[in-house]
Amino acid sequence: MGAKMKNIYLYTRYERFWHWLQMALILILLVTGFEIHNQFTFLGYETAVKVHNYVGITWLIAFAFFAFWIFTTGEWRQYIPTTVKMFSVIRYYTYGIFRGESHPFPKRKEAKHNPLQRLTYLSLAAFLLPVQMATGFLYWGYNSWQTWGLGSLTLKWIAFIHMAGAFSILTFLVVHVYMTTTGHSLLAHIKAMITGWESVEEGVAIEDWEKKADQRKYSTT
Amino acid sequence: MKRINARCSLQSLAIVLATIWMGIVPAVFASPAQKDQAPGRTMAQQATREKGIWNTTDHAKHEALKKTFLSGPEVTQACLSCHSEAAEQFHKTIHWTWLAHKDENGAQMGKAGLSLNNFCISANGNADKGCLSCHPGWGNKTEAVNCLVCHGKKQINWEEAFEDLNAFRMETDESSKELAAEIQSEIQTAVQLVGRPTRSNCGDCHFKGGGGDGVKHGDLDTSLTKPNKALDVHMGTDGQGFDCVRCHTTKLHNIAGRIYTAPAYTHRKSLIEDDLTPKITCESCHSSTPHKASSKANDHTDKVACQSCHIPTFARVNPTKMSWDWSKSGKLNEKGKPYKRKGPFGKHDYLTIKGEMKWEKNVKPEYFWFNGSIKSLTAADPIDPRETVALSYPLGDRTDKNARIFPFKVHRGIQPYDKINKTLLTPLLSGPKGYWTTLDWQEALALGSETLGLEFSGEFDFVETTYVFPTTHMVAPKENVVTCRECHIDQGSRVANLAGFYMPGRDDTGLVDTIGWLMFLGAMVGVGIHGLGRVFTQSNGNKGEK
Repeated sequence: MGAKMKNIYLYTRYERFWHWLQMALILILLVTGFEIHNQFTFLGYETAVKVHNYVGITWLIAFAFFAFWIFTTGEWRQYIPTTVKMFSVIRYYTYGIFRGESHPFPKRKEAKHNPLQRLTYLSLAAFLLPVQMATGFLYWGYNSWQTWGLGSLTLKWIAFIHMAGAFSILTFLVVHVYMTTTGHSLLAHIKAMITGWESVEEGVAIEDWEKKADQRKYSTT
Repeated sequence: MKRINARCSLQSLAIVLATIWMGIVPAVFASPAQKDQAPGRTMAQQATREKGIWNTTDHAKHEALKKTFLSGPEVTQACLSCHSEAAEQFHKTIHWTWLAHKDENGAQMGKAGLSLNNFCISANGNADKGCLSCHPGWGNKTEAVNCLVCHGKKQINWEEAFEDLNAFRMETDESSKELAAEIQSEIQTAVQLVGRPTRSNCGDCHFKGGGGDGVKHGDLDTSLTKPNKALDVHMGTDGQGFDCVRCHTTKLHNIAGRIYTAPAYTHRKSLIEDDLTPKITCESCHSSTPHKASSKANDHTDKVACQSCHIPTFARVNPTKMSWDWSKSGKLNEKGKPYKRKGPFGKHDYLTIKGEMKWEKNVKPEYFWFNGSIKSLTAADPIDPRETVALSYPLGDRTDKNARIFPFKVHRGIQPYDKINKTLLTPLLSGPKGYWTTLDWQEALALGSETLGLEFSGEFDFVETTYVFPTTHMVAPKENVVTCRECHIDQGSRVANLAGFYMPGRDDTGLVDTIGWLMFLGAMVGVGIHGLGRVFTQSNGNKGEK
């Protein structure tokens, strides 16, 4: 408390664009997907299927750009998992946050994700979302399974995995949206993801191990 | 430098113009009908574009048809004097013999054989003369073919006409002679008015099978004699105006369309593959991917028959009989006489001689896997009376490449069976010793079995049966097709009975759904508690701004 804040440019334009585009795509996919899964009627089944297919394919293509971006910019290093300080982050969210303590892990350009985020986002971007896209693509291509040599697949299992993925993403979304309110103000994190600028406490040192994540780029700071 | 620039811009202008031009030309010249209609529809329109039928003869001018006719067979002779092979051809067809193939047990299939249904049950090898009203001979006789049943454009009561004619001819008075001449002229007119079979020619029997309008088939009744497009897009007189023979093509008087015992065809072929294919499948004209390129419906055609979606209900104008309970027959009214009772739609729902029946309109079909063949039981087949006996059922299952989900009318019956022999029984119905006269099951069953050379133990009871009719007529306009949601839904899906595969929207993912929603709820409750915790500890984790 009372620490001096400074603004840092944390999220590049593409990164923000990607975040909100993906949010929109996932929201549409969740709504239409659950409609197709018979949970409610909203767009009408036929429209829901059409929208779900188009948006799904769009997501697949957009994700390819994201993959390209993350590797060419070296941002993938932000997703390398670590257990260092994991406990202190967990302790913060389960205890410290109620005591008004500072986050043990302020954001920095070189390290925008805390260890918990690293693990979550890595499993999301490298596992859950690709699985969801792969099963979605297979679902979409159901009629071509024979031609693709996938005749032994059954729609039931693809549907099972796709639904399990959908529920996982939905659950992530609940926690993720809630977590945005835990910044220094309720909307601070959301604002940062819109403008790119996040205010962080001044003078917090960046630990060495974090810097190592991308020494080539940031070793001079 | 300037010149090069000018050349460049000229070139690019030319390219731009060419591009626009190439875009406009097809747009202008493509017919508006083709622009946003499904390709399958365009194909079918092309296949049926030539509607005029070429004719090179006028039967009214033929000497052979101008003579005096005193009997039906004389008319037949006149036809055969030119169409010399017609009778011989026709005598070999099922329309004449009422006999189909033999089944795997060697039992003779066919109306005149051991086949049976749950309407009037059996024709008793044509011993039941009542059935012969639909046989294409003269009257109830089976000597000469009555060509005019199928080819006559003007139907008259032939039996009555010849009877009257012969009676008046014997008289000497003027008025009788005049009447005789009048009848003769009427006969001649009818004989000369011949051509390809029309809907009413076929419909006279096929719309009224089972003893009345719409009794048997749910998708064939007199409403199809002059249907509108809403009832049938192909036959509608305000639509394509197809006659039956437009799709039911003929080879030596054999008419394509039969599907039980031995189907008339087994392959779905388009006209592109084989322009002489019996044109009775939708694919023949519409192709197997008839919908617009991006349409999900095209992905369904390998498993779902066109009819399943395009015939939302059958019996849309006239009602059709859905059940017939023979066991309730035989009740007499207070005067001790047989009676009839009218029920919904003005149709009899009880007749002493027939039992209790149910009629329905706008009936949703039942759906089964169907590879084009229907298996039918015969009166010789053993049955298990503890269960509902399927007198006929579609063959094929979801692993069968040729099988599609297909719509059916299922007619449910309760009919007599032999308690000792465990076979279905074939009562004799019409005639002086038939059940309809005597109301005596014992005698009718014994006589009926005798006509077919079958044994009857003397002990009978009634068993529930089903009989299926594939639904393929009454194709609705595209705006009335079955919607996705009528099948892809968990409650009341049209295909709720079809198991063994996962269907989006109809099936849930079991435990995944339960655990999934628990996860979601857990997260909601979790963040709720966490958030409240922050509010109560006045902390919020929001540093710096307070």
